[in-house]
Amino acid sequence: MSQPQAAVGAAVPRVDARLRVTGGAKYAADNSPDGVVHAVIVESSIGRGRITGIDTRAAEARPGVLKVISHLNAPKLPPVEGRFPPGKPLRAFQDDRVQFFGQPVAVAVATTLETAQHAASLVKVSYDAETSSTDISDADAAGGTQTYARGDADRALDSAPVRLDTTYRTARNHHNPMEPAGIVAQWDGDRLTVWEKTQYVQGTVFTLSGEFGIPPDHIRVISPFIGGAFGNAARAWVHSVIAAMAAREVKRPVKLVLTRRQMYFTVGYRPAYEYGLRLGADRGGRLTASTHDVRAESSRYETYSESVLVPGRMLYSTPNVRQAYDHVPLDVSTPWFMRGPGYASGAYPVESAMDELAHELGVDPIELRLRNEPSDDESSNLPFSTRRLRDCYRTGAREFGWHRRNPKPRSTRDGDWLIGMGMAAGVYDTMRSEAQASVRLDADGTALVQSATSDMGPGTATSMSQVAADALGLTMRQVTFRLGDSLMPPAPVHAGSQTMASVGSAVQDGCDKLRKQAIALAVNDKGSPLHGVDAADIVVRGGRLYAKGEPTRGETYQRLLARNDRTHLEVLGSYAGAPEPERFSLYAYSAIFAEVAVDARLGLVRVRRMLGVYDAARIVNPRLADSQAIGAMTGGIGQALLEHTVTDHRDGRIVNANLADYLVPTHADMPDLKAIFIDGQDYEADPIGVKGLGEVVIVGVAPAIANAVFNATGRRIRQLPITAEALL
Amino acid sequence: MHPFTYAKAADMREALNAGWRGGRYVAGGTTLVDLMRETVERPDVLVDISSLPLREVVVTGRGGLRIGALVRMAEAAAHPKVRVLYPVISEALELSASAQLRNMATIGGNIMQRTRCTYFRDVTAACNKREPGSGCAALHGYNRSHAILGTSDHCVATHPSDVAVAFAALEATVHVLGPDGERRIAFADFLLRPGSTPNREQALRKGELITAVEIPAHARPLKSGYLKVRDRQSYEFALTSAAVALHVSGGVIREAKVAAGGVGTVPWKLPAVERHLIGERPSDRLWAEAAEHAADGARPLTHNGFKPELLKRTVERQLRTVGGTK
Repeated sequence: MSQPQAAVGAAVPRVDARLRVTGGAKYAADNSPDGVVHAVIVESSIGRGRITGIDTRAAEARPGVLKVISHLNAPKLPPVEGRFPPGKPLRAFQDDRVQFFGQPVAVAVATTLETAQHAASLVKVSYDAETSSTDISDADAAGGTQTYARGDADRALDSAPVRLDTTYRTARNHHNPMEPAGIVAQWDGDRLTVWEKTQYVQGTVFTLSGEFGIPPDHIRVISPFIGGAFGNAARAWVHSVIAAMAAREVKRPVKLVLTRRQMYFTVGYRPAYEYGLRLGADRGGRLTASTHDVRAESSRYETYSESVLVPGRMLYSTPNVRQAYDHVPLDVSTPWFMRGPGYASGAYPVESAMDELAHELGVDPIELRLRNEPSDDESSNLPFSTRRLRDCYRTGAREFGWHRRNPKPRSTRDGDWLIGMGMAAGVYDTMRSEAQASVRLDADGTALVQSATSDMGPGTATSMSQVAADALGLTMRQVTFRLGDSLMPPAPVHAGSQTMASVGSAVQDGCDKLRKQAIALAVNDKGSPLHGVDAADIVVRGGRLYAKGEPTRGETYQRLLARNDRTHLEVLGSYAGAPEPERFSLYAYSAIFAEVAVDARLGLVRVRRMLGVYDAARIVNPRLADSQAIGAMTGGIGQALLEHTVTDHRDGRIVNANLADYLVPTHADMPDLKAIFIDGQDYEADPIGVKGLGEVVIVGVAPAIANAVFNATGRRIRQLPITAEALL
Repeated sequence: MHPFTYAKAADMREALNAGWRGGRYVAGGTTLVDLMRETVERPDVLVDISSLPLREVVVTGRGGLRIGALVRMAEAAAHPKVRVLYPVISEALELSASAQLRNMATIGGNIMQRTRCTYFRDVTAACNKREPGSGCAALHGYNRSHAILGTSDHCVATHPSDVAVAFAALEATVHVLGPDGERRIAFADFLLRPGSTPNREQALRKGELITAVEIPAHARPLKSGYLKVRDRQSYEFALTSAAVALHVSGGVIREAKVAAGGVGTVPWKLPAVERHLIGERPSDRLWAEAAEHAADGARPLTHNGFKPELLKRTVERQLRTVGGTK
């Protein structure tokens, strides 16, 4: 295993960059099988109640309309079990209940998109509306969703010399990827093929198999490209079932794409939180206790919860910690993973409170964090595999010019603008799951590597090609990586920053095996110049096998295969996933620095520059990693200052279900963003030494900005997003 | 979208005939087509006027400007005469929408654009503007972006245009052509307050077509500018905005034209602020005192209680920016 590393670590461009920017990449809705027709969903206009009637006459009278399907005429589907989240998943038109505003209540199917849209608008639905409850701060929680304790936090707090008692609130956020959710479904007898925008082709197979009561091997899901997802395509949602149902009913392939407005109703969101946090510390700033009482919204039909408590129990050394996470069941659709799920929400209160404590004690925020740096993971009692958070602080402080920060709020001005600097730490779990990848080396010396994974933006095909190229001893151009087809070897959901670790390790395993197979073939082949050489002494580079000490002695894969009459070599690589139980505490870390300008008179906050310093262990491709970090800083700016899904609690209506009113950062809002990756590898995590990147990069961004706003203004806004009215 | 027919008018006569028969004029389409997609607008007939000869910017007299109705927002903003004479117009335009939209949208369409009230744009919500008599969901709903001035119990929707605020400040005139010939409508009379008929938004008669917006010649040259306050740096409608044009000579303010946006059901001229300025010497104190009148008569709603104060500060800031000192 001494292959030269040429591709891994290099900032190579995306292998599919050209396809993506020239329109050559075929996204789900770009597929139009022969005879395809269009489906448009009609959604509920009440927040809770029963459907009392559906009048489809006007819609069905339009030429070109094939059918309007609702609970009145939908086929009965077999019962299904909710796995995650626990509960009863939303079904497609199985009864008359409306559980949230925007729930699909019918679908119009027509020969053209325009006709289907028009028909959907002509469907008249009548309701028996009930009062809906959608306000997290005005509803009772269901207790005990998650709890954690060590020591006796409440008692320790009572005797703590320094105490902080605060509540932080975060708004509901929607993913808002550029590509809307879309699916094309085609039946052939009882076999179903779907082209779906998904981060998990095999997850969609599983869901549709259950929904329609057909064997998984009768279903094929294809999803080679994703136009952004941020998590919301990691589940097969009800619209996918509706499309497949419609296709079966009208006996034609059906295309269904959610409108931007519908993207706010049924494809998940980052839930709103109320996070009560108490910190106790000694006068030196060493934490003695913390309590975390968290409330989060969820639907009534499913209990969604995420890892919001983790940063608060493992980021800092604290002998006494008590945590309680209660979910608040509301008449809303189910929340779902959104970039940095849980951690991005939990880091905001924890990292804001650390800033509050630092200010209270007159200690530099970085120094305070260093004083509380744990020697091992106190929440699991496991040693850290790697934790280079100190390096992140040190590098970040130096590169950002942290020493120029005046700790006294309101002390730096630029005309009408108050200038402030803030920082925060970030953390995210290093997840790994079982994965496989097939590797095939052809007689022409090129390789095809395949796994049923996905690429929602990190550049999966590129990074996997890099791993494969090095392990096979090929150039990037000689390797093709394909993904996004459920017929390919299994891969876990493309979420939780586990793809590189899991699929990457399977790719490496497969490519190592294949290379060794080829080497074995050569050393045992009397016709090979490498005959008799110790296999361990052979390396492959640029498709040529040669003896390490004798570079002129060797041959290419092509010659080897040709001489042996082999059309190809093929192996299956695999990775077993995380060990049970884990032997180490495995997390990626970050330190985020932000400088903001606040026009306090006008309530304006503008980020001037940000720096993220990351301990994500090995970086397979610095260019892709940089893109991940910049994108996440942008998302974090949104979380901190702009993004807020607003519900009208009178009827559960989402009032800003469009991109004019739901604000995401524009280019003008993300001026100078910079990322630095701390050198390192983590082979306790996985064979390729990575800790995952796509999630950790957003964690800590919002609190760094909020802390900078405090440094600029002296105003501690304990609510996200930080808007003009809060600052006036 | 509801089915409709579409025809491109070859000349003014053809356009006016089609308009008289109930056709809806469409130019850049950046508002109308959006609203058609949401089925808020359901016209049966679209009359495309984009090839009519209304694309000129003409200097009229001493410092007057006539901007053709079909001049694109981007063209008007970049026009050298507009830039030199009325920066407030260029700035208001350039702070509007996005570059793509400004390349399509026209000046006539801009002042005709409909409110961004989310209940208006959601056909499942009550809205007197969209469906007279159905009620106003915004009045007691989520109304952060809504108006505090010129509202009624029937409608609290804001007029979204930026450049219309500049036009209101500068006392522009709207030129229209209809079956009965030409008319000139003072800008203050062109856009209507909702009262009990929020569905009536402009003083246009059936079939009338806007041909131009004219900025009157001002005897004294004006120094002007536009300030837009919003959550994000670009591509958002105003929380508050201020269009200010001043003439100062001999250290005394001789002319003051001030209007506010993001706060009114129509662009909100601020005569009380103007009166406070005329004859006075510029000073930070004067700006603050004058701006104190900016929110006179404001009726804040549940979620926009911050707007009266923000409006005062916006006007004060822009008076200072245009008028100097500090």
